[in-house]
Amino acid sequence: MSQKPLAMRDAFLERIWRAMSENKKIFFTCADFGSPVLDKIRADFPDRFVNVGIAEQNLINVSAGLALEGFTVFAYAIAPFITMRCFEQIRVSLALLSEVRPINVNLIGVGAGYSYVVSGPTHQCYEDITLMRALPNFQVLSPADHVTASALFDTCVNTTGPKYLRFDAQILPVIYEDMLPNILKGFHIHECGESICLVATGYMLHTALKAAQELADEGIRVGVIDLFDLARFSTAEFQDALQRYNGVVSLEEGFRGRGGLDAMLFEFISRRGLKAKMLNIGVEGAYHFELGTRTELHEKVGIGPQAVLHSVRTFATSLSNE
Amino acid sequence: MKNDLVDLRSKAHWVWRETLAVHRRAPETRLASSLSSIEIFVALYYGGVLRFNPLNPREEERDRCIISKGHGSICMYPILADLGYFPMEELQHVCEVGSFLGGIPDPVIPGYETVNGSLGHGLGVATGMALGLKRKGNDRSVFVVAGDGELHEGANWEAIMFAAQHKLDNLHLIVDDNRISMLGYTDDIVSHGELAARLHAFGWDCMEVDGHNVLAVLAALQQQKAMLAGRPKALIARTLKGHGVPGLENAPLSHIINPKPELIDSLLEKHQ
Repeated sequence: MSQKPLAMRDAFLERIWRAMSENKKIFFTCADFGSPVLDKIRADFPDRFVNVGIAEQNLINVSAGLALEGFTVFAYAIAPFITMRCFEQIRVSLALLSEVRPINVNLIGVGAGYSYVVSGPTHQCYEDITLMRALPNFQVLSPADHVTASALFDTCVNTTGPKYLRFDAQILPVIYEDMLPNILKGFHIHECGESICLVATGYMLHTALKAAQELADEGIRVGVIDLFDLARFSTAEFQDALQRYNGVVSLEEGFRGRGGLDAMLFEFISRRGLKAKMLNIGVEGAYHFELGTRTELHEKVGIGPQAVLHSVRTFATSLSNE
Repeated sequence: MKNDLVDLRSKAHWVWRETLAVHRRAPETRLASSLSSIEIFVALYYGGVLRFNPLNPREEERDRCIISKGHGSICMYPILADLGYFPMEELQHVCEVGSFLGGIPDPVIPGYETVNGSLGHGLGVATGMALGLKRKGNDRSVFVVAGDGELHEGANWEAIMFAAQHKLDNLHLIVDDNRISMLGYTDDIVSHGELAARLHAFGWDCMEVDGHNVLAVLAALQQQKAMLAGRPKALIARTLKGHGVPGLENAPLSHIINPKPELIDSLLEKHQ
């Protein structure tokens, strides 16, 4: 029985809405940004919903203040705005403050990568992984489907501290049909490969899984890992998972070579002395204004299905020639 | 009652002396902006405006005091020590290795609620606290002490609009209106014009007061605290940066001028 795919935000907000009648501590804040499920929250819990208007700096500060008064806060806005418009508020009143005072603020950013396909670079978001993982005390969560997004809710409620949830704006196919990913572990192994492993986050997991299938048809068996917790994944288990590979490929819908998933994996592999060489697949470093489908845009910047296949094939050849 | 009032004046004088003494030992601290806010803090903490418990600084039944102008609040060090938040002896070690009393106060100091070193954040966080208190049914108030210079930060105005919209009459903004930021007079940089009128236009109740007349500050705060009319409240305290220190008082660059140690010694000698 296959699940009907949902928008991540709707699945997650549904969990919040359901929990709010029991859990009186949950407070929902937003910067004038909606969703069909949000209407239920607004209607049913007017005392614990507040729209600060188009004012992300105040969204963060008000959320911090509510958290200091003991509320579990979910703050909701478009991804580039809730991270970059108010980055110093996030640093001072969430990351820094949480060093000394217990606060639970969960930033929900909608619109990871190119998911606002026709809106252009202001609304697209290719820098958030880099920026948010730079902040100590922050948990950075990047699910690939609505099942994972929804499962992250319990962690958000039960774990104190600031968190950033990076949601796709589109409805993506369901990946976790008959199982739930182990949220505490922070990653999920989808395929075991021979020599190469693809490590993807968010939307790029879909591209990675498709690429793995095509490559398998060509006789190249690659591993696929979904890394959905970019800050607190189980490092020992992750090391075990990567140990056997000669090559690791990072796939992210964010700038390549600018401190995102690629840098994180470089650091991990080098610090732990793993043997794997790396290939980084990410947006080639500039802003683009061209219109196209998400796949077309991805191909242009080097992260589309064909570009990924080509890069991984070349990488496989170079590894086998060594 | 009369004695209490006289005590407030002498308390303000004591804080002034102690603030000079702290700065004499730790010249990294910002003196001028810490001298303009003394009477504001004395009125808040000794005048019965704030409810607080030094033995349990974060008890639920306290009024919250958010000190947004962090570096301009070194005068809070002697006040907090005097009230019993930490031992008086700590004042001897400000800015020393191992002390929790730094050049810019952090919330590791008992009595400080939030991170304040970066300007323009206090009011927004306080606004969230005020909303949270209302939603919890807690009748305590939130007081924010901010400098006029930091009102240049636009995030304050997001909070000012929000507080009026949500009728946060448990929120008090006290502006230490010394009219000087780091590089000169705010009127020459970006003027706030008639600040009280501006805040009033944004839906706030406003009063203005001589910020160095501690009794006037106290009277205004008491009057405002009693007002629960569905509007947030601002008190514009007209003050002098570097108050009482010749050469520093109201000097355009007072924020970055350190008076000579001999001058501080002679002032402490002269004004016992």
